[in-house]
Amino acid sequence: MSFTSFAEFLSMGRHGVYVWSAYGLCLLVLIVNVVGPLLARRRYLQQEARRLRREGRP
Amino acid sequence: MKNKVMNWTWFHKLGSPKAFHALSGRLLPWLGLAAALLISAGVVWGLAFAPPDYQQGNSFRIIYIHVPAAMLAQSCYVMMALAGVVGLVWKMKIADVALQCAAPVGAWMTVLALATGAIWGKPTWGSWWVWDARLTSMLILLFLYLGLIALGQAIGNRENAAKACAVLAIVGVINIPIIKYSVQWWNTLHQGATFSLTEKPAMPAQMWLPLLLTVLGFYCFFGAVLLLRMRLEVLRREARSRWVQEYLAGELKPRVGP
Repeated sequence: MSFTSFAEFLSMGRHGVYVWSAYGLCLLVLIVNVVGPLLARRRYLQQEARRLRREGRP
Repeated sequence: MKNKVMNWTWFHKLGSPKAFHALSGRLLPWLGLAAALLISAGVVWGLAFAPPDYQQGNSFRIIYIHVPAAMLAQSCYVMMALAGVVGLVWKMKIADVALQCAAPVGAWMTVLALATGAIWGKPTWGSWWVWDARLTSMLILLFLYLGLIALGQAIGNRENAAKACAVLAIVGVINIPIIKYSVQWWNTLHQGATFSLTEKPAMPAQMWLPLLLTVLGFYCFFGAVLLLRMRLEVLRREARSRWVQEYLAGELKPRVGP
């Protein structure tokens, strides 16, 4: 362990703002890249389900 | 002669959308799991356990996301150029799917590398941005990605769009060695490479091992996200084929109740 207390871990020796904003941004970009395609897939499946229902009922 | 033909069947099979869709579906959960484990282990290790840098203090911990993002941004571009070659030479449709689906991920990774670099630059160099060779060539990489995305969407005919994007991807790959060697060819504030294939890293193992984990994790993440995007794109492009209809019927079964 490189830090003695949790407060020290959060402050990152005066660099807390930089370190945590960089990691926050990284988390955000990773989430966007996962959630975006998953939502697109769900939209596509819903759209296909609607089409099948429309065409399935004569 | 017959043997030679036989040996290449796997290559063409992989290019078939149906085989790709089946294989990628089995691979995807493992890639996702590996990415989650590697990235979380590397980040926890790098943030809490790695020793602080003797000059930069704790701001150096940004390296654990900055370097993987920057490496991936470049690798992704090289992969797209290779996909472009495969698409132009062998006319494999799946190559264009890979190229189109990789571009947004590569663009995001370039943005992440530039942004984390700026945040790191402020406490280290005293400036968010300098017009330095490394930073400028990375900015050009971002413009190449954005150009590829725009080009792919601007051309209506899929075959023409695939050709144009393949050519742009191949021509733009000249920027990759410029990025790589920019820190050696020009005077720069940016530090040299952390990892090299021929030498041991200059930092202690406690510092570079977590970086190795996040780098590998980011590559797995890229693989997982790329497959996720490609699978949807394959379904869209092959919408009329029988196997897609059957797959969709299977996927939608629980929802199409009475």
